[in-house]
Amino acid sequence: MNRPLRRLSLVVAFLFFALFASTTWIQFLRADQLNAMPGNSRQLYAEFGRERGAILVDGGAAIASSVKSDDQYDRLRTYAAGQLYAPVTGYYSLRYGTSGIERAENDVLAGSADELFYRNLSSLLTGEQPKGASVTLTLRPKVQQAAWDALDGRKGAVVALDPDTGDILAMVSSPSYDPNTLATHDGDAEAQSWKSLNADEDDPLINRATGSLYPPGSTFKLVTAAAALESGDYTADTQLDGPQELALPQTSNTLKNDEGTACGPGDKVSLADALKISCNTAFGSLGLKLGADTIESQAAKFGFGQSLSIPTSVATSRYPTGDAVAGPLLAYSAIGQGSDVATPLQVAMLSAGIANDGVVMKPNLIANVRDSDSADVIEEPAPEELGRAVSSGTAKTLQQMMELVVSSGTGTRAQIDGATVGGKTGTAQHGAGLPPYAWFTSFAEKGGKKVAVAVVIEDGGSTESAYGGRLSAPVAKTVMEAALDG
Amino acid sequence: MATVLPVYPTTRRNVELLLVLLAVVIAGGAWAVVGLTIDGALPPNFFAYAGGLGGLAVLLHLVLRWRAKHADPLLLPVATLLNGIGLVMIHRLDEALDTSSASRQFLWSALGIIAAGVVLVFVRDHRILRRYTWTAAVAGLVLLLLPMVPGLGRTVNGARIWIGLAGFTFQPGELAKICLAIFFAGYLVVHRDALSLTGRKVLFLQLPRARDLGPILLAWVASIGILVLQRDLGTSLLFFGLFVAVLYVSTERVSWIVLGLLMFSAAAVFAARTMGHVEARVDIWLHPFTAENRTGSSFQLVQGLYGMANGGLLGTGLGEGRPQTVPYANSDFIYSSLGEELGLVGLFAVLILYVVLVERGMRTAIGVRDGFGKLLAAGLAFSVTLQVFVVVGGVTRVIPLTGLTMPFLAAGGSSLVSNWIVVALLLRVSDLARRPAAEVRNGPDGDTGATQAVRIP
Repeated sequence: MNRPLRRLSLVVAFLFFALFASTTWIQFLRADQLNAMPGNSRQLYAEFGRERGAILVDGGAAIASSVKSDDQYDRLRTYAAGQLYAPVTGYYSLRYGTSGIERAENDVLAGSADELFYRNLSSLLTGEQPKGASVTLTLRPKVQQAAWDALDGRKGAVVALDPDTGDILAMVSSPSYDPNTLATHDGDAEAQSWKSLNADEDDPLINRATGSLYPPGSTFKLVTAAAALESGDYTADTQLDGPQELALPQTSNTLKNDEGTACGPGDKVSLADALKISCNTAFGSLGLKLGADTIESQAAKFGFGQSLSIPTSVATSRYPTGDAVAGPLLAYSAIGQGSDVATPLQVAMLSAGIANDGVVMKPNLIANVRDSDSADVIEEPAPEELGRAVSSGTAKTLQQMMELVVSSGTGTRAQIDGATVGGKTGTAQHGAGLPPYAWFTSFAEKGGKKVAVAVVIEDGGSTESAYGGRLSAPVAKTVMEAALDG
Repeated sequence: MATVLPVYPTTRRNVELLLVLLAVVIAGGAWAVVGLTIDGALPPNFFAYAGGLGGLAVLLHLVLRWRAKHADPLLLPVATLLNGIGLVMIHRLDEALDTSSASRQFLWSALGIIAAGVVLVFVRDHRILRRYTWTAAVAGLVLLLLPMVPGLGRTVNGARIWIGLAGFTFQPGELAKICLAIFFAGYLVVHRDALSLTGRKVLFLQLPRARDLGPILLAWVASIGILVLQRDLGTSLLFFGLFVAVLYVSTERVSWIVLGLLMFSAAAVFAARTMGHVEARVDIWLHPFTAENRTGSSFQLVQGLYGMANGGLLGTGLGEGRPQTVPYANSDFIYSSLGEELGLVGLFAVLILYVVLVERGMRTAIGVRDGFGKLLAAGLAFSVTLQVFVVVGGVTRVIPLTGLTMPFLAAGGSSLVSNWIVVALLLRVSDLARRPAAEVRNGPDGDTGATQAVRIP
């Protein structure tokens, strides 16, 4: 009976082999997949129990941190400044996941990023939960606060950039929300908050600075002007057609000026003056001459059509193509109407690129990533060029033209004593009878310090007159002052 | 004829004592780790527990020195370690769930070890059990049918495999397993010739005669009966698998296995198609992750898988995971609980302990020279294999989930006691298997032939 016994032993071996294999399959080969399953509460508990890294602003204050909590999750995510930074930090919710920096830098904050592996080796062996690294943002609290206060609860967004580095100094979106209400471990309160935030018609959960696409309005004339100057056929003094009404090809429609008058004597106006008074007909006719391709490629050099991550995701600003710029639409698109769409960040990049002698820097929110224990810098993104938008000469000309806008044009409310300020207003129509979006994009320099700012306010009041200059320029001024002082 | 010199092999009892102490140190250490992790202090009952388990295991070791000094030295340490690991995990889950299963499990462990000692003291030679072949058959059937007695039987989670008496619940099927192993061994050692030598040969299969089909049909009907009446997939599978394995060993005919597998497959397919709860198990097995199943019927399985995945290679460490999320984490799913906290490495260690246990059992079967002992040892060892396979296979999705307990690990008194008795019987058989040849020659069942080739160390 020994032969069958040995064979039976083989069966035993086979059965055990199957168990070794299935256990390996689950605990090793498929573990990551299982851990990532939706509704795997273990991962949530583990993640919520871990000491998540803090999110800090320039100067070292924590705007998001994990504090001890006495419930089953061990730690509670807390946002010190509530809605001021909410659009940037995002939320960290047990039930609704993450957004903003909390999502974009989750690996680092949670301590699971590859670059943290060696640092966490010891905790792997000691069985201690790995600690997350802290992320310091480029945001300057003073500038951020100034932007928030200046918006004063109005619907809109503000972005302030360092033109030389692309560092985002302020990023405000209003109305905002309190991420503490989503990070709470009280499930009912969390659900209640989530429901009301999503039901809110003002979309407080959206970061308008990077997530909303607006018609850029007259701020886009900077792109058209840049395209004209870059073509070599135009200078600041070139005379453009600036009639009261511009006849558009293939249609009986006309493009009118806001004021209902011609932009200059004999229906002629110089490029610089056209920008100064934001003459629609002059830029419309300029656009028709330049053609869609020229404007599109100039827009692309400023960043239109590029997907950016800062490292939160940014909606892609677009200059239209094809039918959307055919015939009369080309004139509209040249003045930032039609199908042009841009984020406030993109509009800030226009001024920043011009202020930086034509080189557009890649916008960036992350100053550095540090180890929580040793404070060693693990990661420090270097300034990165997105590309050259215009030649240094063109940039200089554009700067002077923008300075003219502020000194004696539509943007006089942005003047700052002792500083060089250039800007461009915009009042974007987005539907008949709706209040326009009031835009202002600008740069300022004082004692070697530079800043570029874009402001959009959604409720432009009534449909009349140049609201960008009246509503948004003062906001931009406040923000620029804060940046130049600090 | 060559001169046969008496050889006195070392009994290895000292090695056994050392290994038992090592097992107690490992289990005691784990017990301490649980306390240190969860409460930050040594558990108050640490010394009572470690001392208790160690004391009982050493007691059984002394019984072996006294009554079975040639017994296999690995069985006791392995069983002690498995029992200890189970206690630790049950205690750890007590801490999380605020229950007190560990103290009861400890009591049952003591009872099991004492029962093993009693078996070793009173069954001085396993061949005595052959006399009780039919008694064992009747006892086994009665035990299997006990849960069907109105007023005595209890239905737990849809399976009627428990009896309740004076506040205690017991799974008589666990003891029936031993009785049936004795019966199968006793019956087949007598009828093996009739079963193996007669019958027609069709293709490569030696088909048995119709009248010899009786026993396999009986086993088949009985296991189907368990499946249908008690809704117990696991026991039915264990019972039938055990029978087919022993049948094969005794007859050396592959045809019996083919027949057995065919019959079991037919029954299984039929059950899966017609019986609601079996059908549900199959659905859970095949599609555990559908949104509906995940939070409903396959919640337990999926949570177990999440737990194991959470443990990964090295585990979260004792007290650091969340095994309590899984329903029945200390019984049906103790394997995934261990996987979460001890990791793949820990589970491999546990599986290897079972491999050693079964391997020593099979080795005993090969080593012992009487047919009854061979079949008994093989049957018992294979029943442990099947039980581990069915439980772990269910938890790790090799096969559908069925209701069997993990030998020595899972919370449950009847299983613990019966598995200690299984170990006692294996120890008893191995004592004879490893005893110097001279003493065996005169045995009543001195088998000749192939087994003579096995050299006793």
